[in-house]
Amino acid sequence: MSAVPVTAVDPREPASASPPELATRLEALWGEGEGLRAWFATVDHKAIGLRYIVTAFVFLLLGGVEALVMRIQLASPEARVLNPEQYSQLFSMHGVTMIFLYALPVLSGFSNYLWPLLLGSRDMAFPRLNALSYWLFLAAGLFLYMSFFIGAAPNDGWFSYVPQSLKPYSPGPNLDVYALGLIFLGLSTTVGSANFVVTLLRMRAPGMSVNRLPILVWGTITASVANLLAVPAVSLACLMLWLDRHHGTHFFDIGGGGQPLLWQHLFWMFGHPWVYALVLPAMGLVSDALPVHCRRPLVGYTPVAMSTVATMVIGFGVWLHHMFATGVPPLALSFFSAASFVIAIPSAIGVFAWIATIYTGRARLTTPFLFFVGFVLLFVIGGVSGVMTASLALDWQLTDTYFIVAHLHYVLLGINVFPVIGAIYHWFPKFTGRMMDERLGRWTFGVMFIGFNLAFLPMHWLGLAGMPRRVWTYSHGLGFGAANLVVSIGAFLFAAGVLMFLIGVVHGALRGRIAGPNPWDAPTLEWSTASPPPVYNFAVLPLVASRHPLWEARIDEDPEGDRSLLTTGFALDDGKETLGVTPLDAQPDVILKMPGPTLLPALLSVALFALFVGLLCSWRWLDALAGLAAAAVLVAWFSPHATVRDEERVRIYE
Amino acid sequence: MRRRPGPVALLMLACAGCARESTPMDYMHGAAGPAQMPIQALAQGFTAICTAVVAIIAVLLIVSVRRGIREQRNDGDAVTPGRNGMPWIYWGVGLSVPVLLAMTVWSLLATRAVATPPAAPAVDVEVIGHQWWWELRYHGDRASDIVTTANELVVPVGQPVRLRMTSADVIHDFWVPKLGPKMDLVPGQWNNSWFQADRAGVYVGQCAEYCGVEHGKMGIRVRALPKAQFDTWLALERQPALPSINRGAQVFGQACAACHTVRGTGAGGIVGPDLTHVAGRLTLAAGMLPNTPTARMTWVAHTQQVKPGAQMPEVPLADVDRAAVVDYLGTLR
Amino acid sequence: MSEVRTLDDTLPVQGQGRTGTAWWGLMCVIGTEGILFAYLIFSYGYLASQNVRWLHDGPRSLRLALPATVLLVGSSIVLEWAKRVGNRGRTGAARLGVVLAVLMGAAFMLLELREWKEQPFAFDTDSYSSIYFLLTGTHLAHVAVGLLGLLMMLAWSFGGRLRTEHSQYRALTTLYWHFVDAVWLFVFATIYLSPRLA
Ligand code: HEA
Ligand code: HEA
Ligand code: HEC
Ligand code: CUA
Ligand SMILES: [Cu+2]
Repeated sequence: MSAVPVTAVDPREPASASPPELATRLEALWGEGEGLRAWFATVDHKAIGLRYIVTAFVFLLLGGVEALVMRIQLASPEARVLNPEQYSQLFSMHGVTMIFLYALPVLSGFSNYLWPLLLGSRDMAFPRLNALSYWLFLAAGLFLYMSFFIGAAPNDGWFSYVPQSLKPYSPGPNLDVYALGLIFLGLSTTVGSANFVVTLLRMRAPGMSVNRLPILVWGTITASVANLLAVPAVSLACLMLWLDRHHGTHFFDIGGGGQPLLWQHLFWMFGHPWVYALVLPAMGLVSDALPVHCRRPLVGYTPVAMSTVATMVIGFGVWLHHMFATGVPPLALSFFSAASFVIAIPSAIGVFAWIATIYTGRARLTTPFLFFVGFVLLFVIGGVSGVMTASLALDWQLTDTYFIVAHLHYVLLGINVFPVIGAIYHWFPKFTGRMMDERLGRWTFGVMFIGFNLAFLPMHWLGLAGMPRRVWTYSHGLGFGAANLVVSIGAFLFAAGVLMFLIGVVHGALRGRIAGPNPWDAPTLEWSTASPPPVYNFAVLPLVASRHPLWEARIDEDPEGDRSLLTTGFALDDGKETLGVTPLDAQPDVILKMPGPTLLPALLSVALFALFVGLLCSWRWLDALAGLAAAAVLVAWFSPHATVRDEERVRIYE
Repeated sequence: MRRRPGPVALLMLACAGCARESTPMDYMHGAAGPAQMPIQALAQGFTAICTAVVAIIAVLLIVSVRRGIREQRNDGDAVTPGRNGMPWIYWGVGLSVPVLLAMTVWSLLATRAVATPPAAPAVDVEVIGHQWWWELRYHGDRASDIVTTANELVVPVGQPVRLRMTSADVIHDFWVPKLGPKMDLVPGQWNNSWFQADRAGVYVGQCAEYCGVEHGKMGIRVRALPKAQFDTWLALERQPALPSINRGAQVFGQACAACHTVRGTGAGGIVGPDLTHVAGRLTLAAGMLPNTPTARMTWVAHTQQVKPGAQMPEVPLADVDRAAVVDYLGTLR
Repeated sequence: MSEVRTLDDTLPVQGQGRTGTAWWGLMCVIGTEGILFAYLIFSYGYLASQNVRWLHDGPRSLRLALPATVLLVGSSIVLEWAKRVGNRGRTGAARLGVVLAVLMGAAFMLLELREWKEQPFAFDTDSYSSIYFLLTGTHLAHVAVGLLGLLMMLAWSFGGRLRTEHSQYRALTTLYWHFVDAVWLFVFATIYLSPRLA
């Protein structure tokens, strides 16, 4: 950790061709310029991806600080650091932040950054939509957090059960912020997911057929399809909630024949698939990155890809396991209980595939590797506690205790935070061109791992000892004191680990060793470009012949077979353009002109932000104004451009 | 991978600490009746299985990591196709499936065992949730036999008790861990549940569904009495309060009667708990205070400190009046 | 020697229909909106199953709904025709078709709004009225969006921005309109038919 090092970790040239004459042309076509306007107008998936990751991390810190404040309050019985209302807002905002503003967006960030690089394309299918999904996410996050600073944050938990969230029991604006905020955020998720789906179908390098997709792509595509199918449920529920609160409807209000349980059904029909959407891409990150550090391909590519999809499919049929104690007849519940047990099988496939990869590989003891190994263990702990709650009879005791809190943190942090941090260590050289420090990294892992288990392992015991969740304090004499103190200490230790990680990031970005194109000697296409990659990703679009284009020479089972081509291929340089392929077998079938930088997405987000503020404050004039503005942006967005040609000659670089 | 002596030691310390404190709400031990017995067995069994699964996976991970590192040290870290790892998946899944199947069957059997009471319930109680206390109604043979009380469910030992539950406001959840499953109290809907206390004693419970700011202080007590004592208790509860004309009763009539009922007097409010025999209960304010004269004073004088946000205001009273009304409460046995 | 060569081969640019990415994007929108209606219909069914008081004296009358349905289905056919002639360069006929479809769609909306006014209940009467208005209202909002899209197309067409070669615009607006139409059939079945079958 001394002076700025200059030696590259990987001194080689990028494996992809980047002929200077082509590169200059593409740079001119794709470059977005500098300055404030360019910053707001960017449609580069890499810039957007990084912004997603950074923003999500800021929310992680905010949610984390909220958690730490709660942990001070809970460290001893009958503490009075917080009053009950403050505590309610804290745990609600903590849950909402972590689930909605951190866990999915951070993965969207990774996928946004990595997908076109992994798939051998120059951008996502809809770059402007991509920018829109980021700006909407940011705007919805600000919208939700605005309430915090006026002291009226959501205060009915992250799933805001009715009737507690209806007007008579929650008269303030707290739950309006929640309902409108989630609808708003849902727009971001929906456009983002649609973009991933179309990108997968059309924006791949020639030859990148379905059986060659990296597992991250499988994870994100599964999550995106699930989002498209699940998000409308919660948006609808939130719309109904808002109508019940402001327009006197009776969807949930029993006074007029409404049903409190309708909320729970709609919420969990969304909620359960969603929790898998929060982890499948993260598991994909591990499935792609762990093998690199084990120096071999992933064991069981096909079963792992299939189990990703299977988890989600079953995941749509288990939502009632969140409602075991609501009085639904046990016979119906038994079905959902059994289905929840079944979901462990695809997870087991993943777990054993990772272990096998480690066992049969040659492990390099790097920081990402440590995080991934830690992840496997934490996933299993979180998974088996999920299996315990899947039991109908047992859950009649476990539900709404700290056992559930333990479960959800083991799965959420274990399968989301740990892989994400490991993945940042792994892809940081690609993002920035520099390495993060390994020694600090190992310490960071140690502190985080110990802190995490210290914080959340005792929660299982607390749950089994009968501590209910969402209590702002607990009485003496129930035996919860000592364990809660340990939990609080662990939480702060974990936070220290997070702080070390942040230091590592800053240090790496400023003074880390120069990485070179492929410092880990990894097999996939993103490592064939420079670090960081040029704005157009690939000067020459690659031609893919296997799952591991950069390892082919060394591990190919079929030496006679075709080889991927990285230095010859399509050289689309007649404008800002890239290639579209057929959905299944990835044959080139269209040249796509890509839109340049534009302020439209940012403007649309501002208009929608104003619209939602108008709805929140019942300012009709603002709604009208914002609606008009949004419509104007949309008209500009979709307005037909004078088409030049409908065919173009193909240009090839050889 | 390094092991972690630090947290293990600390954990053991913590658990040792916890073990010394008693945990009246834990459901891993001391099941007190047939609605909980099978669940307790399930809880212990599943915990054992799952701990074993975690231990096995941890061992496999350690072995794999050590072996992986050894390979790398010995053979360098050039990329290889690697040995066939598929048997891991076959064996892993092949062994997990029967275990999961067995767990599913066990769980379903336990569900069946606790879903319905073994005998026709002897006592039938309506439980109505309020923010943040419990209204309890015992029905007798005649309509006038109805007994309304709060926060302390008194039951006979060794007999199944049926609970019919709903809520007056938001969703609550009735939970007394040592006696049996949780059940939500959902407004607009009657949910049934049952339990049976096989040992006399006091069981601690708590509302388990978030129901607003004081959700954490919505405790419940179940007091199981031998049948004869239970009958005496019920007969006593059926009696109205003795009429009284002292200062305390007057103050109560002015300051408290709008919210509280004391049967046999003019006080007929229904916002708060029925106080006809409040002094006979073990605790006050849904389990938050012991029911002693001092605590009654604390409650009336500092309601919002004991239970911030509670639906009972700190009624402004002159000190003498407050003392009088607290004395009066003490006479309501 | 490495160099960039131009092949004799050509590839379409942007692409029409399924070759373009926009078509797939719209399919995603249709998928997610379709499922939104599925959740609405689920809510209707759930509330119906839990309520004794339902329907307000029998199912909703078909007097306006039936002609409205015919209009909407008809508009879909007209628009499909307009799309095809538009693609063949018969701009005048295509405009006429779109105008006709817009009028039929607007008539559908008017009939629906009329039916709203005739109901003996309001949005906030009870859970039946709430879900009735929400379900039909969400659909009406989709009709309105579709109409705005068609009107915008007309405006661009008269302004000369939208020409024969912009067939993707015709394809996508028509597809969306068909979707709105198909969804109506489900809404219709839920609100008007299902109570009659029960
Ligand atoms: C983040 C993602 C995530 C993931 C991946 C999971 C995974 C699982 N979850 Fe979890 N769950 C949550 C997030 C998640 N959960 C959240 C946030 C809540 C709380 C919501 C709230 O109330 O706030 C929740 C709550 C929750 C409940 C409701 C509890 C309650 O409120 O009463 C249930 C009940 O069935 C459940 C079950 C499961 C199961 C069976 C799995 C399975 O997918 C796990 C499968 C994995 C394994 C089992 C490990 C690997 C397998 C092996 C090594 C094979 C060998 C194993 C055996 C033989 C046992 N979860
Ligand atoms: C991804 C999801 C996620 C994550 C990462 C976390 C992280 C943490 N959670 Fe969270 N939690 C949830 C999701 C998550 N949680 C959910 C969904 C609920 C349920 C909510 C509900 O019931 O509605 C919940 C509920 C919940 C509870 C239960 C509340 C209750 O029921 O009463 C508790 C209690 O201890 C808790 C604690 C913690 C702690 C200590 C952390 C720690 O890991 C936090 C670690 C700290 C940091 C990450 C911040 C680090 C800060 C610094 C380093 C300082 C630098 C600061 C700046 C520069 C500003 N959480
Ligand atoms: C505005 C209504 C209201 C008024 C006025 C009111 N109370 Fe209460 N009271 C409540 C409510 C509500 C509770 C339940 C509080 C809780 O546990 O959350 C309660 C609880 C109690 C309890 C505890 C009962 C139990 O079963 O544990 C006592 C004792 C009590 N009140 C006495 C009084 C006295 C004495 C006065 C007058 C000086 C009074 N209350 C005035 C509403 C009221
Ligand atoms: Cu009542 Cu929680
Ligand atoms: Cu779930």
